[in-house]
Amino acid sequence: MSTAVTAEQVERVVVESLHTFGADPEQITPEATFEALDIDSLDLAELSQIVHEQFGVELKGSDVAEVKTVADAVELISSRL
Amino acid sequence: MSGPGEREGCALVTGGSRGIGSAIAYALACDGWPVGVNFRGSEHAAGETVQRIEHEGGRALAVRADVTVPEELERMFDTLEQRFGRVLVLVNNAGVRADELAISLTDSDWGEVIDTNLSAAFRATRRALRGMVRERFGRVINLASVVGPRANAGQSNYAAAKAGLIAMTKTIAVEVARRGVTVNAIAPGLIETDMTAGLDGELLRAVPARRAGAPEEVAACARFLASEQAGYVTGSTLYVDGGLGA
Repeated sequence: MSTAVTAEQVERVVVESLHTFGADPEQITPEATFEALDIDSLDLAELSQIVHEQFGVELKGSDVAEVKTVADAVELISSRL
Repeated sequence: MSGPGEREGCALVTGGSRGIGSAIAYALACDGWPVGVNFRGSEHAAGETVQRIEHEGGRALAVRADVTVPEELERMFDTLEQRFGRVLVLVNNAGVRADELAISLTDSDWGEVIDTNLSAAFRATRRALRGMVRERFGRVINLASVVGPRANAGQSNYAAAKAGLIAMTKTIAVEVARRGVTVNAIAPGLIETDMTAGLDGELLRAVPARRAGAPEEVAACARFLASEQAGYVTGSTLYVDGGLGA
């Protein structure tokens, strides 16, 4: 995938997606946990799909299971770019 | 009843060329859904279903795919998405029978029935859910059977597949309910189609209604389950069997 994608772009897509899933935008910070944001496994499956469409990054269920916070997600996706 | 409304999307009926599938394709088209009429071998019958829909001012496309072949299934979804948009109503109707007493049933006849009636329905559902979840709307309708919940000697493979479909329906319904996606099953009893030819004799006497059902009677239920109004019906199995399973 293109290296032109930056961590900031990844973060923007993640934050927008979480917002779409119903998370309170005020509470979406890098340290926020998905549990606190009320983001569940279906949301994470959908996030994986969005990330695949936008960046061509394939995330497996086992990858996503390790992700606890917004920053974890951004880091994981960025590391696969 | 209601169709897509403002949504851009379509319905897909697997095994839509004949019998129950054809009747469902027509019923959904009457509600305004563009319909993908899937067929494997019956190109002529699929064409007739499409013509009948177009004659009424509806939109339909016959799409050839063997649903048991993942690549063909994927290509069919791609084709429909390009033509009509996301598949928002999926009717898993394609099915086969290979009846034999269990003591003589071959691995091949067991496998073919499980593959077509159950595994292909799972793969099609998984593929369709991606778009449905994003759209926050979707309707998956699995054609099960009264055979499965009820025994019918000679159909252990068919019964296992259809009972599996009902179990799959419930589980997936729970997984996606919060996205506005419903997953339901229809369990027809004895319906007059090519597939039930030769089954009638003894079974017909067991039907409390004392008659076989018509494909249109099954299609009416699918039309309801696909509608906006059925949004709170999920994980259920609707029996269309003249009382056979009661």
